[in-house]
Amino acid sequence: MKTYFSLEKNRFLFIFCLSLIFFSEFSWAGKTLDSIKQKDQISCGVNTGLAGFGSADSQGKWSGLDVDICRAIASAVLGSADKVRFVPLSAPQRFAALQSGEIDILSRNTTFSLTRDASLGLHQTAVTFYDGQGFMVPAKMNIKSAKQLKGATVCVQSGTTTEKNLNDFSKANKLEVKPIVFEKLEAANAAYFSGRCKAYTTDASGLASIRSKEAKDPKEHVILPELISKEPLGPMVRRGDDEWLAITKWVIYGLLEAEELGIDSKSVENLKNQSTDPAVLRLLGKSDDMGKLLGLDREWIARAVAQVGNYSEIFDRNVGEKTPLALKRGLNALWTRGGLQYAMPIR
Amino acid sequence: MNTLTHLWNHKRYRLYLYQAVVLILLGAALFWLGHNTWINLKQRGIQSGFDFLSDTAGFDIGETFLITFDGSQTYWQAFLVGLLNTLKVSLCGLVLASALGLWVGLGRGSLHPLIKLFCSTYIELIRNVPLMIQLLMWYVLLVEYLPPSTEPYSWFQHFYLSQEGFAYPGFIWLQSPEGNPTLSSHWIWSRPELDALGVHTDFNWSPEFLSITLALSLYTSAFIAEIVRAGIQSVARGQIEAAQSLALTPWQIKRWVVLPQAARMITPPLTNQYLNLVKNSSLAVVVGYPDLVNIANTALNQTGRALECIAILMLVYLTLSLVIAWGMNRTNDKVRHYLKKGNDFAPHKLTQRA
Repeated sequence: MKTYFSLEKNRFLFIFCLSLIFFSEFSWAGKTLDSIKQKDQISCGVNTGLAGFGSADSQGKWSGLDVDICRAIASAVLGSADKVRFVPLSAPQRFAALQSGEIDILSRNTTFSLTRDASLGLHQTAVTFYDGQGFMVPAKMNIKSAKQLKGATVCVQSGTTTEKNLNDFSKANKLEVKPIVFEKLEAANAAYFSGRCKAYTTDASGLASIRSKEAKDPKEHVILPELISKEPLGPMVRRGDDEWLAITKWVIYGLLEAEELGIDSKSVENLKNQSTDPAVLRLLGKSDDMGKLLGLDREWIARAVAQVGNYSEIFDRNVGEKTPLALKRGLNALWTRGGLQYAMPIR
Repeated sequence: MNTLTHLWNHKRYRLYLYQAVVLILLGAALFWLGHNTWINLKQRGIQSGFDFLSDTAGFDIGETFLITFDGSQTYWQAFLVGLLNTLKVSLCGLVLASALGLWVGLGRGSLHPLIKLFCSTYIELIRNVPLMIQLLMWYVLLVEYLPPSTEPYSWFQHFYLSQEGFAYPGFIWLQSPEGNPTLSSHWIWSRPELDALGVHTDFNWSPEFLSITLALSLYTSAFIAEIVRAGIQSVARGQIEAAQSLALTPWQIKRWVVLPQAARMITPPLTNQYLNLVKNSSLAVVVGYPDLVNIANTALNQTGRALECIAILMLVYLTLSLVIAWGMNRTNDKVRHYLKKGNDFAPHKLTQRA
């Protein structure tokens, strides 16, 4: 008998149906901390390449401020700063990657805002870098203020809240600037450095990064003093996992607290044994066991500082004045030195 | 024998049954997918829905076509601007690619060795380099090597080419000032003006638009040229010989004998190329041309509604493709119909023109 509908012929359709069913089976990750401990590795979403914040060198070794935050967390949770898998993400990818559970933490110069905190199923943790959107212009144009950019064509890097800020600033000052929005960094850089755009706008730290890496002579470009927005950058985690949220937040506070107490990667061992300061002893796990409350061991911060460094070491190494980015501490100085970095008390 | 067994043994009904089962399974799978996504989104507190489309967009678009836009308008209007920009690029690309493809395709079959060599080289060079690389190349070439807008290349003081783009003259509609009856609304001739600050113009093709149009047209034309060549080669040799024996000139043979018959072979694969071109226009985002994908990316970033924005993109490109496919199928039917009527050798037209 002749069969008119054979599995053989319609194999494709069946495989298609089956694959639909399997692929849609979301793996709801359960407790992130458990799965991290089981994998013995943290999956950390970082920038695909932003010097100073998250970029890989020719050997595939990642560095940057965002990268170091993940390393510090890995060190506190898993005992080694190397137990991180870095997942480079483009701006449109990043939230979906975190929502779906592909990464455990998103540390990718991401701005905190109400929309992002309240409607994406994600949580903001603590601010690791206070930034603001700025403008870069060629020095020879002799522009001193962003308000002189009337009618100018401005290169914009997509994937942040940049477009909106630019529009607000342009409206408020009646500038009528024309944005050209790029998704690819290469095209945006080519457009700006060739003179297609009069100005380049993105987070000021990003501008410094581009200027240091892409400009033929960094001195030929100036970053204007005005910052037209508040861009508090920091890691985000999934909602519904309060323990993991607490760990991320407190490791960041711990790095700041370490700086405040004068604990750095070189002095941490000595201070652990010799210090008499109760705050130092508490932070380093010599007196109270603060790590236990987070589900970690006593040495969590001592180890993270020893392996990665305190906040100021991380800052100086990646974006500080001795790096090509040459950023001042500014808003990112500790509150005791006129900045905004203020760790919640660890006690 | 009862009815069920009877139906089962009936080939046609059994086929229907199979198809119904597959359809139900497919429907169930799709429903389950959607339901699962919905539940997961809810569970994770991710807000979803298309209500954001009527919110204020809050971002500007540097280049608009037919309609104007500013940041105080809504997301759906922004999407509309993006769609119009996509259509603009696609239409320009379709026309240029077809024209260029036809000529290169004809040149490929030329008896002149130099023309033939040139056309073959063109095709192999263009179609074997990824489109995105060509696009970036054109863009970088345009912005790097064109002069700044203060010293543009100019032609007849009506056309200017600079980093700002290609400025050209045209008519614009001048609204009469309100409460002034002496001046009525009318069309005026507007031409680009050059002053110390650069070129001021009402009509401009930006380098972003130029590079994506150029890249799309060139890339697709190489494929179209191959299709045209294949179509021409499929016309029976005897047809050409017959036309030659009627003392038709080579051009008449091409125009009235070869191309009408080749058209039948060309139309279906040409449809594919047109569809590709429209879909490839989404690469415009790479060079910062505000096409639909570019706008959707910005909207996605600002609202975080990834599923919704991507659904809109898919729907729009699907609709565009279906419309093109429908139009091309109509053309194909017309071509076949025309040939069936024995019009392929249109002698009456020849006598008019010969």
